[in-house]
Amino acid sequence: MMMTADQTKKPLLEVQNLKQHFPIKGGILGRTVNHVKAVDDVSFTIFEGETLSIVGESGCGKSTTGRAILRLDEPTSGSVFFEGKDLLAMSKSQMRSMRKDLQVIFQDPFASLNPRQSVAQILGEALAIQNIVPANQRRERIIELLSHVGLRPDQIDRFPHEFSGGQRQRIGIARALAMQPKLIICDEAVSALDVSIQAQVLNLLKSLQKEFKLTYLFISHDLGVVRHISDRVMVMYLGKVVEIADKKSLFDSPQHPYTQALLSAIPVPDVSKKQERIILRGDVPSPINPPQGCRFHTRCPLAVERCKTEVPALTNVHSTHQVACHLVP
Amino acid sequence: MPGQQEKILDVRNLQTHFFTDDGVSKAVDGVDFSLNKGETLGLVGESGCGKSITSLSILRLIASPPGKIVGGEILFKGQDLIAKSEAEMRKIRGNEISMIFQEPMTSLNPVYTVGEQIAEVLRLHQNMGRKEAWEKAVDMLRLVGIPSPEKRATQEPHELSGGMRQRVMIAMALACRPEILIADEPTTALDVTIQAQILELMKKLQAEMGMSIIMITHDLGVVAETCDRVAVMYAGKVVEYTTAKNLFENPKHPYTIGLMNSLPRLDEDVEELVAIKGNVPSPFNMPTGCRFAPRCPHATELCHSKLPELLTSDDGSKVRCWMYTPEWDGASKTATEMGV
Ligand SMILES: Nc1ncnc2c1ncn2[C@@H]1O[C@H](COP(=O)(O)OP(=O)(O)OP(=O)(O)O)[C@@H](O)[C@H]1O
Ligand code: SF4
Ligand SMILES: [Mg+2]
Repeated sequence: MMMTADQTKKPLLEVQNLKQHFPIKGGILGRTVNHVKAVDDVSFTIFEGETLSIVGESGCGKSTTGRAILRLDEPTSGSVFFEGKDLLAMSKSQMRSMRKDLQVIFQDPFASLNPRQSVAQILGEALAIQNIVPANQRRERIIELLSHVGLRPDQIDRFPHEFSGGQRQRIGIARALAMQPKLIICDEAVSALDVSIQAQVLNLLKSLQKEFKLTYLFISHDLGVVRHISDRVMVMYLGKVVEIADKKSLFDSPQHPYTQALLSAIPVPDVSKKQERIILRGDVPSPINPPQGCRFHTRCPLAVERCKTEVPALTNVHSTHQVACHLVP
Repeated sequence: MPGQQEKILDVRNLQTHFFTDDGVSKAVDGVDFSLNKGETLGLVGESGCGKSITSLSILRLIASPPGKIVGGEILFKGQDLIAKSEAEMRKIRGNEISMIFQEPMTSLNPVYTVGEQIAEVLRLHQNMGRKEAWEKAVDMLRLVGIPSPEKRATQEPHELSGGMRQRVMIAMALACRPEILIADEPTTALDVTIQAQILELMKKLQAEMGMSIIMITHDLGVVAETCDRVAVMYAGKVVEYTTAKNLFENPKHPYTIGLMNSLPRLDEDVEELVAIKGNVPSPFNMPTGCRFAPRCPHATELCHSKLPELLTSDDGSKVRCWMYTPEWDGASKTATEMGV
């Protein structure tokens, strides 16, 4: 059921020219001396019912993009259209009323749950904000939510510390579901979990997506996980999108030299497959003074003169695959 | 073939427990493996299964109280490390057996330059003078691929990137040319492209220096990539020990198989992952029978009531599971009769 023609898909979220430049204060006057260009002119669309993943290494701007969409940090510029309305143009109170449609699940389930609240209180609070279920029916609804995420009704009055990491992540998911959201941003939502538990949570996220027609923006550094959960994948490097494609196209024929190196760097759990590895030299440069031209040129094994000066634009390889590289037509 | 190579380390039925106010935590409770000269042994398993406590036990770095090695042997070149005095251990640590930790910042001193820290290890173990130790430290930094090592040696850890700090850790651990390097999740905190650099570096140095490595990791990809032999741990016990080739081509223990199935793969598409149900048991309250029984799809009454031994087969590989014992047929019948 792969969707190819763009006309058949309905955009849910459209991000246009999003920039997030964090000021760096310095000197005795605390003036802004420079900026961290964490997200620098990023545009993409998420279609209804799909999972779009953002991948890339630490500091590439994946989480910052997610936070900027939700206005957890106010972005520097750009627009974020959700069902046609620009979230960045909204007042704080308008934005708050949008929050029920846009939920987020973070990496560390423990840090995002109040330790002094029981599961009933955590989920009850979410239901109170959403305010569709009448107060006297909320406990029933909470039990229903718990069953959706594979927790038992008798766990309703327990506190976060009484749960394992995987179970806490389930509470986080139940809290997001309580709002009946349209879009859930999963920011490294399974990264802290052991693989056996991670598999449980990934299966859960997939089945909930089917059942409730959810759209996911899935942020992760784990390409195995991303390949499993995504319909489309966007690769970021130093605040820029370098490649965006449907999953099959990206994993079967990555075009950008960075994506190629990234995929080849992942150790494969198979002793018989010895893959050709592209070892990148050096470290990721600082986003304070990112390289001119293509930001990847300092580590790119294929870089030519032009890469040092000219910023490559995202261009179509085919209708569902875009790449920003001078060497890819 | 195992047995023909020279065993440099032989861990037998190691048990390290913690005596706390909440009870006894049997963190390590039956760990067996051996490490051959020049080989890499993977120690794998999920968080809390006892990998780090095992390696700290080998170096006798378990804080006591609350921890104590309560049983087993750790034979290093035939001598039991558990019987060594603290003074003897000090000569071994960092010299004959050294370790790199997952989080480099916790083991590098933030207020000394990295050159001084490496030189210090050399002066302690190799009786070098200041100047000689410093020069050797710079050599080590060069060896691990740090650009302009003379300059980097004069910098403090916070001035270096994560990947570079990990290289410093490796330089420090290898400065005395140890016979065994224990690497506890050496690349987990790093990005994959940097991880690839570090793993490559470790392989190269192993080939040059001929040391043996214990690679602690939860990443089966890293295991396939780097290890000759693997010990899989679950809830404080080794449940399977075999060659890396066997482990990936013919995993035996239901937990190992479960781990492989749980893993989202880059080379395969599955609609649903085969997850292992349930959670790991609490170290304070371990199941009486097989520790994996509450999560095992094959568990029988026998599994729930009696702990399986670690069985050794002819090729030297080991597995701890009733399925591979003569008792199994009878046991599974009882279970079906009982409707389990
Ligand atoms: N000081 C201590 N007191 C009590 N229990 C302890 C202590 N230190 C460790 N443990 C317990 O020992 C068990 C094994 O811990 P260990 O650190 O070896 O796990 P690990 O396999 O290295 O896990 P990870 O993959 O998370 O690093 C855990 O259950 C842990 O809670
Ligand atoms: S002994 Fe029984 S419960 Fe344990 S792993 Fe084997 S089959 Fe499963
Ligand atoms: Mg550990």
